[in-house]
Amino acid sequence: MEIMPRFDVLRPTSVAAAIDDSRRCQASRFVAGGTDLMVNLRHGLGTPETLIDLRHIPELREISAGESGIAIGAAVTLADLAANPEIRQRYPAIVAAACAVGAPAHREAGTIGGNLCLDTRCLFYNRSAWWREANDFCLKHQGETCHVAPTGKRCHAAFSGDLAPALLIHDAEIEIAGAAGPRRVPLADLYAEDGAAHLRLARGEFLVRIHLPADPWPAAYAKARTRGAIDFPLAGVAVALRAEAGKVTGLRVALTGTNARPFLLTGIEALENACIDAAWLDRLAKLVQKQVSPMRTTLLAAQYRRRVASALAQRLARALGGMVTENSTAA
Amino acid sequence: MQRDRPSPRTHIRAFRLNGRAREILVADSELLLDTLREALGLTGTKQGCDGGECGACTVLIDGRPRLACLTRTEECAGHDVETIEGLAENGRMSRLQRAFHERLGTQCGYCTPGMIIAAEGLLRRDPAPDETAIRAALAGNLCRCTGYVKIIEAVQEAARGAP
Ligand SMILES: Cc1cc2nc3c(=O)[nH]c(=O)nc-3n(C[C@H](O)[C@H](O)[C@H](O)COP(=O)(O)OP(=O)(O)OC[C@H]3O[C@@H](n4cnc5c(N)ncnc54)[C@H](O)[C@@H]3O)c2cc1C
Ligand code: SF4
Ligand code: FES
Ligand code: FES
Repeated sequence: MEIMPRFDVLRPTSVAAAIDDSRRCQASRFVAGGTDLMVNLRHGLGTPETLIDLRHIPELREISAGESGIAIGAAVTLADLAANPEIRQRYPAIVAAACAVGAPAHREAGTIGGNLCLDTRCLFYNRSAWWREANDFCLKHQGETCHVAPTGKRCHAAFSGDLAPALLIHDAEIEIAGAAGPRRVPLADLYAEDGAAHLRLARGEFLVRIHLPADPWPAAYAKARTRGAIDFPLAGVAVALRAEAGKVTGLRVALTGTNARPFLLTGIEALENACIDAAWLDRLAKLVQKQVSPMRTTLLAAQYRRRVASALAQRLARALGGMVTENSTAA
Repeated sequence: MQRDRPSPRTHIRAFRLNGRAREILVADSELLLDTLREALGLTGTKQGCDGGECGACTVLIDGRPRLACLTRTEECAGHDVETIEGLAENGRMSRLQRAFHERLGTQCGYCTPGMIIAAEGLLRRDPAPDETAIRAALAGNLCRCTGYVKIIEAVQEAARGAP
């Protein structure tokens, strides 16, 4: 049986109190639904003395829609997010991504903030303490070498949250609170390409709200996974595509599961103001394959993840562009 | 199971368990699964995995499915927790439980409490679910024995009426 470390839990009821709690307790971690953190703590991946539960702060649990867009509290559960009428009507890719996370019980507990701040994953990391110890630990935690790329000096664990790409394609922004004051940045700026330090948050900083613009382009999300019923994405792709008279006038593609961070595909403008035909889809696939960098962090081969990422991007673009598409089974 | 550390602070937490008010003394880090099985002797809720993957520990919190192996008991304060032990009515199995029994929705039985609780949560929200809805609701519950077909049939049977 796994051994759970002892810790105390604080339940601040305001953003200011949470900042204060975190300043007082240096060995603390934030927690929301705990569906990622509790598993990791049982695996000995961290021994915080205190957890600060963010779910008792009312403003973190609200979804508010206005003229300028929608603001989603970081502690809104994925079940509530996917059931929200405004979100369902305007952001189908976000609903698809939320519904693709785990099983119903994970979505009842898991939050959007926890999903965006999910720890990165690797076959050598998401293991029990005794397994990792027997394997000499690894660079990401307690060890010195990366078992995936032993000659390198960085961790390639994959960011595997489903929601980030579906938010990135809409240019979501996040509101961050912390001792140094509040700040608001594009979601893309939250992430760094380093599996051992993928979040650009200072100690004590946490997500308060996610902001979405009012007029999103049509969008969709799909993922490939090992266990069809519930599983993290081997690759997950979100596409937003605006078309006029058969021509693509706007395109955004974001990916998860393939790199240490979720990211927006760059150089996509070259595919705008063109019709979707076989050559166009080929160029899209090449662009995806060039920018993803899956490593051997999952049981499935990295090359499979690279190819499935480009295939999903093609499938979604075809469907959004109004082209007839074969039955989508990977979602 | 917990590693010994100095100053394991405990608190009295009050919640409803299977319809009855309870107050218990627990450490903040204690998991609901351990409280149910070790402290309260309610061993119907099973532990089947390393954490979050099998659904054997499914309980209802405020009528919604949650995994007791990922939930701290402290989180339940002020809420309504239901386990498999709470489903029987006056010493008789509920309609859903009888359907699992009669439709052979249970073999070794290890996954059964979690399956039934997950199905119970579904039927309360949607009394007449179609097969897709049943499969979606039970997606997080693994069964090594039945092949799932009999489980789906049992839930359909319960949704139709008393077996
Ligand atoms: C079997 C299983 C399958 C899963 N499948 C998927 C899947 O398919 N796709 C997927 O995306 N996820 C999956 N998950 C992971 C998880 O359930 C979800 O990602 C969930 O949304 C995490 O949210 P949480 O609130 O439970 O996070 P927590 O576990 O509470 O937190 C996760 C991390 O984020 C930090 N954090 C939480 N909230 C904030 C905040 N507001 N600001 C800053 N930091 C914060 C915590 O400190 C912690 O480090 C799965 C988990 C399990 C156990
Ligand atoms: S990629 Fe390397 S360093 Fe990172 S978790 Fe895996 S084995 Fe460890
Ligand atoms: S024991 Fe909780 S999901 Fe397996
Ligand atoms: S009946 Fe044996 S695991 Fe389901």
